[in-house]
Amino acid sequence: MGEDSLHDYRGGLRKALIDVGADIGDHMRVESRGRVYEGTLMPRLESEDDRHIVLKLRNGYNIGVYFDEGTRIERLGQAEKPEFRPPPLPETQEGLPRVSIISTGGTIASRVDYTTGGVHAAISSRDLLSIVPELSDHAIVDADILYSVFSENIESDHWSGMARKAEEKIQEGAQGVVITHGTDTMGYSSAALSFALRSLPVPVIFVGSQRSSDRPSSDAATNLVGVVTAAATAPFAEVVLGMHETTSDTSIVFHRGTKVRKCHTSARYAFQSVNSSPLARLVDGEIEMIAEDYRRRGEGALEVMDGFEEKVALLKFHPGLRPELIDVLVDDGYRGVILEGTGLGHVSEGLNESIRRAIEEDVILYMTSQCIWGRVDMDVYTTGRELQMIGVEPLGDMLPETAFVKLKWALGNSEDIDGARELMRRNIAGEYTDRTLYTGEFG
Amino acid sequence: MDYEKLGLKVGLEVHQELATKHKMFCACPPELFRDDPEYTFIRRLRPSQSELGEVDPAALFEFMRGRTMIYEANRATSCLVEMDEEPPGELNPEALDTCLTLALMTGSQPVDEVHVMRKIVVDGSNTTGFQRTCITSLGGSVEVGGKTYRLQHIGLEEDAARKIADEGEVSRYRIDRLGIPLMEVATAPDIHSPTEAEEVALAIGWIMRATGRVRRGLGTIRQDVNISIVGGALTEIKGVQELNLVSKVVEYEVQRQVKLIELVSELKRRGVRESDLEEAFIDVSDLFSDTQSRIIKGALRRGGRVLAVRLPGFAGVIGAELYPNRRLGTEMADCARYGGGVRGLFHTDELPAHDISEGEVRALKENVGASDQDAVVIVADDAQKSRRALEAVIERAAEALKGVPAETRSANPDGTTYFTRPRPGAARMYPETDVVSVVITQERLRRLEASLPEMPEARLERFKADYGLNEKLARQAIDSDYVRLFEEMVRADEADPTLLAVTLTETLKSLERDGVQTANLGDDSIRGVFRLIRAGNTAKESIPPLLIWLSSHPGGTADDALQELGLAMLSKEELGMLVEAKVSENREMVERMGVKALGPLMGMIMAEVRGRVRAEDVQALLREALASRARG
Repeated sequence: MGEDSLHDYRGGLRKALIDVGADIGDHMRVESRGRVYEGTLMPRLESEDDRHIVLKLRNGYNIGVYFDEGTRIERLGQAEKPEFRPPPLPETQEGLPRVSIISTGGTIASRVDYTTGGVHAAISSRDLLSIVPELSDHAIVDADILYSVFSENIESDHWSGMARKAEEKIQEGAQGVVITHGTDTMGYSSAALSFALRSLPVPVIFVGSQRSSDRPSSDAATNLVGVVTAAATAPFAEVVLGMHETTSDTSIVFHRGTKVRKCHTSARYAFQSVNSSPLARLVDGEIEMIAEDYRRRGEGALEVMDGFEEKVALLKFHPGLRPELIDVLVDDGYRGVILEGTGLGHVSEGLNESIRRAIEEDVILYMTSQCIWGRVDMDVYTTGRELQMIGVEPLGDMLPETAFVKLKWALGNSEDIDGARELMRRNIAGEYTDRTLYTGEFG
Repeated sequence: MDYEKLGLKVGLEVHQELATKHKMFCACPPELFRDDPEYTFIRRLRPSQSELGEVDPAALFEFMRGRTMIYEANRATSCLVEMDEEPPGELNPEALDTCLTLALMTGSQPVDEVHVMRKIVVDGSNTTGFQRTCITSLGGSVEVGGKTYRLQHIGLEEDAARKIADEGEVSRYRIDRLGIPLMEVATAPDIHSPTEAEEVALAIGWIMRATGRVRRGLGTIRQDVNISIVGGALTEIKGVQELNLVSKVVEYEVQRQVKLIELVSELKRRGVRESDLEEAFIDVSDLFSDTQSRIIKGALRRGGRVLAVRLPGFAGVIGAELYPNRRLGTEMADCARYGGGVRGLFHTDELPAHDISEGEVRALKENVGASDQDAVVIVADDAQKSRRALEAVIERAAEALKGVPAETRSANPDGTTYFTRPRPGAARMYPETDVVSVVITQERLRRLEASLPEMPEARLERFKADYGLNEKLARQAIDSDYVRLFEEMVRADEADPTLLAVTLTETLKSLERDGVQTANLGDDSIRGVFRLIRAGNTAKESIPPLLIWLSSHPGGTADDALQELGLAMLSKEELGMLVEAKVSENREMVERMGVKALGPLMGMIMAEVRGRVRAEDVQALLREALASRARG
C-alpha cells in the first residue's frame, strides 16, 4: 500500500510507525501504559488526534491505543494482501439495447476491504457488472471513467466534457446514456446538459446515491439498475435525473433536468421536481410516463452547444445585503447575474443604484425567487415594477440554479448580449412551465 | 451427564437495554409503541461484496429472490436516523458512561479510544444492513459462588428493529427498538455446567442493573450462549430472553452435540462415506399426481415440483431424536429453509405420515433406487428453490458424517434451538466513519469512579445488616425501581424499613397485577402515605387503598386520599364508643363466652374500621371492656 497509507497518522506517532516499518494492515504489538495489545494496524481519519494508534483486534473490533514517548510499538508481521477474485461475469445477452455509463465521481458501486475498512470504487464495466450483475438483464453496458471528482468541485468545463462524452457515446450507437454523479451539484449538471445537448435522440440520465454503496441498504444499485433500464427502454429522449421517488426502494422517479433540485441533505428522496411534475417513474421494471408532453426517442440529430460563460454569478438576497457586492461583480467583469430575490422577486431598494450601474455596463440581470416553489411576478408591487424599469428581467418559474446555468450557457453560445437575452426568454429545455399546478403541501 | 468429562465450555454474551434519555445515535427516546404505525416503508438489502469478492451466498440468494422488508414507524419513537435517511449523531455519552461505570465495577479496562464499527447483518433487522457496535473496555471479571469468571470485553451496540411478522418473502419490522443502546458483557468460556451458566448470567444481570440505567421488562435483557464440548463444535445460541432458560439451553445443546457425535460412529459403522452423497435430484412429481398431501398438492398446483434425493445408509439416522422433538431431520429441514427458502421437507424415516401414503413411499423409494438402508428426502416447492433446499440437505448430511457443524442457532421458548445460519468466518466488520471516535479521558474515568454504584452483593449484605431485611426482601428491594427512594426514606427515618420494602416491592407488584397504574406514583405520593402512618393518622392497612387512589389521581396528595377515602384514624373517644356499642349489641355472646368473646368482637370491629384504628388499641379497649363486664 506504500508509505502514503499512513498519511493521516501525524507527528511523533507517524514517525514511530515509520521507524518500525509499519504499514496499514500489518500485524502489530503495542505496549501502552502497562498494557499489551495485538492487532492489525488500521488507517486513521484526518480529523482524529495524533495520540492514538488504531488496531483491529482479533474479534474484528477496532480500538484506539494511547501513544506517547513510553509506548512501545512492534511490527509482528506483514499485511496479507487481499487477493480479489472477481466473481464470474454475467453473460451478455445479445439483442439488448446498448447503454453507456459515464462516471464523473462518487461511488455508485464499491467493494469493502474488511481488513482495512477501505471502500474501493468499482472503476470498470467489469467491476460494475460483477457487483451489480442484474444490469446485464436490461442492457449491454459499457462504462467509462470521465472524471473522478467530488461533485462540489464540478465546474462548467466538466459540463462541456460530459456533453462531449455523451455525444461520442451516442454517435457510437448507445441507445441511452447514464452519467453517475455526486448528488450535491447533480441538479446543476443535469440542467447544463439539458441546454447543451440539443435535438437529443436518446435519453441521457443522471444518477447518484444518497447512501454510500458499501452498505447493504445503499440506494446506489437500485438507482443504477433503474436508470439503466430507463436508458435502454424509456420512450423519452431528454436529459433527466433518476433517483428514489420516496424513502422506499420501490420506485425510481425521473425528473426533468431543468426542473430538479436537491431538497434534502441526506434522504433518498432528496431530489424533487419543482414547479412541475416528474417526467416518468419506474415501478417493477416498467416505465410509467407521468408527463404527457415530452420529447420522443429517435427524433432529430444531436447537436452540441457546450459553451459556458465563466463570469456569471448567482446572488442570494438577504436583509442587509450591501450594494457593494454587486459593484464588485461589475468591476470584476462579470457579464451576468441571477438574483435570488425574496417572495415574488424583490430586493432592497438600496441595491437599485448598483443594479442600474451594472446594466449600464452591459451586465445582464435576472430575477428568480428564493421561495423555491412558485413563480416570480414583478408587476404586483412597486419594488418589482421599479426593478423591471431599471432592466431586471423576471424568469417566471425557473429555478434559480437552472437560471444560473442557463445564463452561463446563453452567454457562452451567443454572439452578443441581445442573442443571450433572446435565448433566456425562449423555453429551451422545459425550464419554463406555463401553468403552476397545485401539488399538495408544496407548490 | 458428566459435564466435566465432556469438556463443556460455555461463554455468555449478556445484552441489556439501557434506559438512557436518548437512543444511541439520535435524540429519540428509547421507547416502544403499541398502536398502529403512523407510516411504513419498503426496503431491500443488497449484501455488500467484500474485497475478496465474496458475498454471503445465502444472503445474495435472498436478495435475488426479492426478499423485502416492510418497516413500521411512528414519529414519537423514531426519526430519519432509524430510517437510514440521516447519518447517525455522536455516540450517546450517557450510554458510554454506563458501560464505563460497569467496566470500573468489574475491573474491565476501558479502551483509550472507542471506535464504532459496522457489523454486517442483512436479515432486515437493521435498516442500514449493519449493526453499529463498539468495544468500550477489555478484560475484567465477576465473582459468582466463590469462583472467578473472566470477562472478554464490555461493549455497546444499537438494538435491532423488532420483527413483527414473516409473510412469505416479506419481513415486517418495527423500528421503534432500533437504536436503543444495548450494553454487552462477553465472558470467557470459563463456565463448565448448565447451572453455573445460569448463575453467571444472573450475576451479570444484577451488576448491570446496579448501574441504575437499565430498561426493565420482557426482552430488555437477552443472552447469547456459546457452547462447545470436546469433539463437538462451538455453537452460538442467540436471543435467550428468559434467564431461567439458560441452563436448559446448555443442557439441550450438550445432549444434541453428544447425540450428533454418536451418529457419526453409527454412520461410520455402516460404512457411509461423503463420496456416497450425490447431488442427484430426481423429479418425482408424477408419483404424487393423486396425492392426499395438501402441502404437495398445493406446491404442484402453484407450478412447483417434487424433488427427491437418496441419502445412502441414512435410514433410521434422520429420524433419530437428538433431544425432545428434534431430530437430524429437523436440522436438515432448518438448512433447507435457510438454503432454499422452502417451508420444509419430508423424509422416509417419518413416512408414511402427513397424508403421504404407504404406496407413495414405496414408489418413491423404488424411483430413486433406495434400499432399506437408505433414507430419501423430498421437497415440494418451486423447482429452483427445491434444488437449493436439497443441496443444503446434502451439505448437512455430509456434516453429519463429521460431527457437529459450527452454527448460529436461535432458542425456542422451551430451551430447544433451531439452526439460523452457519457461523460467520471472520466477523464482517468495518469502521463506521459517520460516527467520530471518542477518546476516554482520565478525567472522565475519575469522575465516574467517584460516583461508582455499590456492587449488588455488598449492597445485599448491607441491606440485611443495616435495615434488618430478610434475604428475599433485601433482594427485591435492591432490584426495585424505588431502591433509591427506599434508602432515602429509611435513612431519614420516614418509615419502618420492612414495611417500606414490602410496600415498594410486593404491594406495588400486586397492585400492578390488578391493573393499577403504579407508574403514576411519584416519590411524593409514597412519602406522603408513610408520613400519615408515622403521624398515626392512619394505619398500615390503608396503604393499598391510598396508593390505588393516588395512582388514579395524579397531582393529588396523600392527605387528599385520606379525606376522600375516609381513612383517617378514629379518635380515642370514637373508638371507645364503638367498642362499647359492639359489646352492648352482643351482650348475649359476651355473657356466654366471657373474655373469649374478644376474638369475634375484634373481627367485627376491624371489619368496620380497618385502616382507621390500630389493632393493638382495639384489643386493649376490648380487653378492658370485657374485664369490667366480668367484674360487674
